[in-house]
Amino acid sequence: MDTQALWLTLKLATLTTFLLLCVAIPLSHWLAFGKSRGRSIIEAAATLPLLLPPTVLGFYLLVLLGPRTAPGRLLIHIIGHPVAFSFSGLVIGSMIYSLPFAVQPLTSGFSAIAPEVLDAAILLGASRLRILAEVLLPLARRSIFTAAVLCFTHTIGEFGVVLMIGGDIPGETRTLSIAMYDQVQDFRYSQANHTAVLLLGISLLALILVYGWGRQARRA
Amino acid sequence: MDGEGRRGVPETPFLAADLEHRLGTFDLRVSFNLTSPWTVLFGPSGAGKSTILRIISGLIRPKSGKITLQSHAILDVKTGLSIPAGKRRIGYVTQQPALFPHMTIRCNVEFGLHSLSPDERRQRVTEMLRLFRVEELSERLPRELSGGEYQRVALARALAPEPKILMLDEPFSGLDADLKESILSELTVWLAAREIPALYVSHDVAEAYQTAADVIVVENGRLEVQGPVHEVLAPRRERLLGQLGVINQPTPAPVPDESQTSQLP
Repeated sequence: MDTQALWLTLKLATLTTFLLLCVAIPLSHWLAFGKSRGRSIIEAAATLPLLLPPTVLGFYLLVLLGPRTAPGRLLIHIIGHPVAFSFSGLVIGSMIYSLPFAVQPLTSGFSAIAPEVLDAAILLGASRLRILAEVLLPLARRSIFTAAVLCFTHTIGEFGVVLMIGGDIPGETRTLSIAMYDQVQDFRYSQANHTAVLLLGISLLALILVYGWGRQARRA
Repeated sequence: MDGEGRRGVPETPFLAADLEHRLGTFDLRVSFNLTSPWTVLFGPSGAGKSTILRIISGLIRPKSGKITLQSHAILDVKTGLSIPAGKRRIGYVTQQPALFPHMTIRCNVEFGLHSLSPDERRQRVTEMLRLFRVEELSERLPRELSGGEYQRVALARALAPEPKILMLDEPFSGLDADLKESILSELTVWLAAREIPALYVSHDVAEAYQTAADVIVVENGRLEVQGPVHEVLAPRRERLLGQLGVINQPTPAPVPDESQTSQLP
């Protein structure tokens, strides 16, 4: 078992989940309650990573974040080093790759809240921030939990995007799935099996948590 | 409306509204003043009653119009003035009032009192819960309440911030007649004591008579007539009584069902 890859993967998944929720909650709120005509375009763009082959996404990110493009050069200027083949690059890539897994459940969760509840909060003089913190987020807590679990698990198991952006640098960009790929390449099937069981267990646990919460919420 | 009270003394309207709005093919154009402490907005379903209330409350911005509440303009589309819904101080109980399902009854009633100090807030909530006889339910969640209790809590929550006007959009339509009558009579007394006027949406003649109100009849987005209930709704009341067999029956009428007639004054 490559423990270094395990810790790196857990760090990547935790950071990606946290940052992604910070981006996806306001985005999903806008998609659920906004009135702009551009919503369909943004929703389609946010769902695209679900259908796009991870290697294609990884390739475009590699080009976009590299020194050949203006955004890439700006990013290098800001953080002081190339984003490609670094942990920061992995976080950016993972966030984009897992975006639909956060936006979809969150948008559904916000949309399911009765408009009368929102009207009541507005009429009682609550600010937008207070409505979000005291009404919308608590009512969408199951969707937030689902989004968090899906993002975390999806990041743990990603391969194509990670390989394209990060390569295979031990301690920097080698995640569990890359480590497992290396193990298979080197015919270390027993180690690959341990890694595979771990990845399988994490995915199964995540689904049990999501469905368990759902059943509990329906009973309440 | 001539701007004069029943005794010929000019009255400042609690609320003056001159509204124009379009929703798809529905065209709303109404203009009225509220001078009676209890006014019923009467009309069939789809006449535009709820839209009028939503515009006054600030939930919908009309195409054009002006609203003055207690002598202060809260909306004037021409000048671009539009006081946000939460700052208009309007209590609004909708047809399907939605209590916050994740909050206890106490927290629901407390929600609109954020500008008060914690002590004042506690005191006001206790007062409102006692007044609407839901004190013992304060730690329950909305889903644990009966229909009548739910409506009482919705009223307590809407009235806790002491609004300048209370608007009710058929909030008791799902309740049985006795419960509706009991809540309505208590509410009218309480509002009168605090001089809070009410605008009540209904399509029930008996309900309008019960509150002895001024009535505004709206049909197809237009104001048909406004005046005291006995003048405005008398033809409808007689028609309804005739249909129930109470009056004007050419043949000996069967004994009317008490449960039907007891609702009519």
